[in-house]
Amino acid sequence: MANSSSRLAHQFDDLLQQQEASNLGMWAFLATEVLFFGGMFAAYAVYRSLYYEAFVAGSQHMDVLLGAVNTAVLLLSSLTVALGVHAVQRGDNATLTRYLLMTIALGSVFLVIKGFEYSHKYAEGLIPGIRFTLEGPNHVELYFILYFVMTGFHALHMMVGIGIMTAMIIMTRRGRFSPEYYNPIEVSGLYWHFVDIVWIFLYPFFYLIRVHP
Amino acid sequence: MSGHHVSRKVYVAVGLALLALFVLTVGIAYIDLGPFNIVVAMTIATLKALLVVLYFMHVRYSSRVTWVFVSASFFWLVILLVLTLSDYFTRGV
Amino acid sequence: MKTVNEDALQKNYITAAYGIRSWLLTRDHKRIALLYLISITLFFFVGGFFAVLMRLELMTPQGDLVSAETYNRLFTMHGIAMIFFFLVPSIPAVLGNFLLPMMLGARDLAFPRLNLLSWYLYMVGGAYTLYAMVTGGIDTGWTFYTPYSTGYSTTNVVPVVVGIFILGFSSILTGLNFIVTTHKMRAPGLTWFRLPLFVWSQYATSVIILLATPVLAITLALLGVERIFQVGIFDPALGGDPILFQHMFWFYSHPAVYIMVLPSMGVVSELVTCFARRRIFGYKFMAAAVMAIAVLGFLVWGHHMFVSGQSVYAGMAFSALSFFVAIPSAVKVFNWTATLHKGRIEFRTPVLYAFGFIGLFTIGGLTGLFLATLAVNVHLTDTYFVVAHFHYIMVGGAVMGYLGGIHYWWPKMTGRMYHEGWAKFSALILFVGFNLTFFPQFILGYLGMPRRYYIYPEEFQVLNVLSTAGASILGLGYIIPMIYLLWSLRKPRTAGPNPWNATGLEWLTPSPPPTHNFDKTPIVTEGPYAYEEKSANGE
Repeated sequence: MANSSSRLAHQFDDLLQQQEASNLGMWAFLATEVLFFGGMFAAYAVYRSLYYEAFVAGSQHMDVLLGAVNTAVLLLSSLTVALGVHAVQRGDNATLTRYLLMTIALGSVFLVIKGFEYSHKYAEGLIPGIRFTLEGPNHVELYFILYFVMTGFHALHMMVGIGIMTAMIIMTRRGRFSPEYYNPIEVSGLYWHFVDIVWIFLYPFFYLIRVHP
Repeated sequence: MSGHHVSRKVYVAVGLALLALFVLTVGIAYIDLGPFNIVVAMTIATLKALLVVLYFMHVRYSSRVTWVFVSASFFWLVILLVLTLSDYFTRGV
Repeated sequence: MKTVNEDALQKNYITAAYGIRSWLLTRDHKRIALLYLISITLFFFVGGFFAVLMRLELMTPQGDLVSAETYNRLFTMHGIAMIFFFLVPSIPAVLGNFLLPMMLGARDLAFPRLNLLSWYLYMVGGAYTLYAMVTGGIDTGWTFYTPYSTGYSTTNVVPVVVGIFILGFSSILTGLNFIVTTHKMRAPGLTWFRLPLFVWSQYATSVIILLATPVLAITLALLGVERIFQVGIFDPALGGDPILFQHMFWFYSHPAVYIMVLPSMGVVSELVTCFARRRIFGYKFMAAAVMAIAVLGFLVWGHHMFVSGQSVYAGMAFSALSFFVAIPSAVKVFNWTATLHKGRIEFRTPVLYAFGFIGLFTIGGLTGLFLATLAVNVHLTDTYFVVAHFHYIMVGGAVMGYLGGIHYWWPKMTGRMYHEGWAKFSALILFVGFNLTFFPQFILGYLGMPRRYYIYPEEFQVLNVLSTAGASILGLGYIIPMIYLLWSLRKPRTAGPNPWNATGLEWLTPSPPPTHNFDKTPIVTEGPYAYEEKSANGE
């Protein structure tokens, strides 16, 4: 196993230790991410409880259908990442590459749709601080500020995720991974799933506040 | 490598369950449940997050340390939300 | 225990490679520690410079040295430089970086490249903040309270906030590295309850860093959005709630107090045991106490906001919770005292700093209880009592521990011994100067002198002059160690592997240690601080 021992960094005794360390490192990083988004969720909770009517009014301007498509797209992308990990565990790097490409494609679809939504908001004058013309209930801007900040940071994480997945494809093509060594794939997957989880909450919080008649 | 191998079938089943919960959350949003709309939406979102964490992120098969890390981040999130909101919900009482 | 011949032929981490590139691209945790040592010392003197100007201004009741606007900038930039760029990274980034892998019997931290990245993030954040300070500064107070910081201040708020945002990542990466290293890279036999308390304190600190810093990051990001786009996230005129900013800010900044002081507690535990030649009293309680402080520290942030307009019920809850932090803190103080009790104490320089820490931290902690009491707090809010209180914790506590640690591990880091006479003298100077500077401020605050003013009524002048006089002595206490420590570098490397005859894996290596720390991974068979056994063996 000359191939995998060259993957061993000098500070570790063996690949198992190295793999456990990098997994744990990603989990520790995700804990900070939970609190990073948690700060925004706290602001959301406070302002939604203070200005519920404004949040209802703001959410009427969301495109529920586009949001739904995006949710489905992201859930599917999580599945492709999971299946990619499954492929590399069996040493099937061709399938891994395919799943990673699908993940990137789905992530890009998400971002393109998000871009459309943002540009609609601009056209309708719903972007506080840049172009805001809505005459709504008191403090309806707060809904839109939080919408843009939270979905914006989420989209930024998506872009980083797409970058990471691209790097993973390059590493796969260079034959870096084997059933003995595929830790970067697993760790990148953890990050991707986390970003997906954030959206799982963002979708009902912004699109589904009151859609019933 | 020691990573637990989850079968393809489980992944696909979890993926389908996620999509089903997603359809459910959209569907229920169209029914007027009064204050319970948000409760249902939150419950379904939490269930989806749990499925992702336990199966896609392999926490179900992971070491105790991973469990501790996941629970800790959730616990600290609760501290942030509960103590902050405790101020807002008791103002002017 | 086997000791290594200090004159071993192998190269140490300093002589392993030469040239500026070998330092700037290093992944050796010990070299990165030295890079941090130099950078944070720089920021310490930047922050100290602002303090000097403030104390000079406050010698007289009138504003004769600086204007009100300048004074606002001075106390703001003093706080920012000292807290974010010196105290928060001080012990973890310097001593922790250097010692944690060695105390664990590891060759390096788990992620050496991330470690280097975190130093670069520190430098970028620091350079950005320095630039913002030089080109106009910032006058919001280190707390950046809205709506002043977003709607009214005309100073460089956004650049400073960006600098601190970047710095936050540096902090987070260090914490992440320490946590993973402690979990995964302990030597064979080194179980959790055989870890030195220094490691426990670094671990607890890292937990706080990981879970609190991201909230500061998002809070500052929201502040930046509000100021740049002039929207109302926290601005009451636009429906925002400035108290929400305070909640989110203190969710980080109260635990940050423990980021600053817990590492010092770890240092003190090492010093007390070594120089009393005794096992620590109540080891498990000491380990549990740092973890308890780390958790409880997250539940009390509202005591910074008693008069801010938060609900009085929340205030009562935060006040009550604050008292709980006193319990593990007191456990630590009692156990150090019990360790010293009946010990044959060797009065060397490091332990003098440890004594300073214990006494001053106790005063700082007890006055903290006054401030946690809702009704007393209303009287003392924003007075010099608060200023004195947190300086007793941060300077009397954190800085004392830091300097004690530097003196204790200096021979390990450099291979050189400093001049013991000068070192003892300057520890004494520091203690006297510190108390003379800050004790009068307790009285000033009790008498009602508010903080953050550049002028004051005449009756406060005597105490203010005393405080300024103390500050000049205190300044000397910082400059003398700089001189004799640097001077020691001219001497030959004769400190030997274990000049204090201490326990702990780091002392098994030559001084300075080789790049890979240990020729052979040590195997641990006993708990920490086995000093009684060491004496019994005649060592």
